[in-house]
Amino acid sequence: MALRGAIVVDNEKCKGCGVCVANCPTKTIALSKEVNGKGYNFAYMANPESCTGCTNCATVCPDSVITVYRVKI
Amino acid sequence: MDIKDIIKEENKVYGKTPVLTDNVMHYCPGCSHGVIHKLIAEVIEEMGIQDKTVGVSPVGCAVLAYNYLDIDWEEAAHGRAPALATAIKRLNPEKYVFTYQGDGDLASIGAGEIMHACNRGENIVVIFVNNAIYGMTGGQMAPTTLLGMVTATTPYGRNAELNGYPLKLTELIAQLDGTCYVTRQSVQNPVAVRKAKKAIRKAFENSMMKKGTSFIEVVGTCNSGWKMNPVKANQWMEENMFPKYPVGDIKDI
Repeated sequence: MALRGAIVVDNEKCKGCGVCVANCPTKTIALSKEVNGKGYNFAYMANPESCTGCTNCATVCPDSVITVYRVKI
Repeated sequence: MDIKDIIKEENKVYGKTPVLTDNVMHYCPGCSHGVIHKLIAEVIEEMGIQDKTVGVSPVGCAVLAYNYLDIDWEEAAHGRAPALATAIKRLNPEKYVFTYQGDGDLASIGAGEIMHACNRGENIVVIFVNNAIYGMTGGQMAPTTLLGMVTATTPYGRNAELNGYPLKLTELIAQLDGTCYVTRQSVQNPVAVRKAKKAIRKAFENSMMKKGTSFIEVVGTCNSGWKMNPVKANQWMEENMFPKYPVGDIKDI
């Protein structure tokens, strides 16, 4: 059984600290080249296929901007 | 499988707790305060005590904590949060009362208050965030600043002859008979965050069992004050802070 996951980042609240990127075990997350209204490079799923929905990114996120979804397939 | 099929309400496994308000935190990107606020909020949600919890916010970066957790708060004078929490808990023994203090608030100006509140064994929870620097005022030396650490007021590094030694307040607190649970935690990676959450939950449970004061030190980062990026600050903390401030339970009765 495989797990597939996905994250949704609140782009306007994300401060682009990069702690989620460093703690993602599957290298799914990266910081975008675009910036949000405050000028931060917000986090996004650069490799959506590799996400397993482990919730590590949301656990360490200081601003609670990440919501994690997971399905078994 | 398409991403749209995964992102559905029934597949949600983790999200922001409703105890946290929708306000954007004023903390710098990557600040440990955000994670600790979230953990307290999650513990309050899990225990179902949102309407029975009173927080006491300090002076320091976390002074605006009352904007972020949707519970009752009081704001104490600098360092006096344990004294205010004592009064709240004694007058409202059915409430869960906690103080949230930084190292400038608790370890320097409030060192007397915390010692006596813990020595009296007040049934409160104390969350002590130690980032070894005065973050809000611009990165000056704190009592907990490491030897050799460069800050705004120790530009050549902290010198024991001139500035004394880093204060290990949690070890001092553990010697007091009034405390029941004294621990040091950190929040730099998912494992540490989960352990810290367990510790916070245990402390809140202790406060209703009349066992005495529960004291949780959280070793945190101040990447702005340390002049590093958030990821580098977490690494620096593991390499330099942990030898002086080892993580783990110091007292648990």
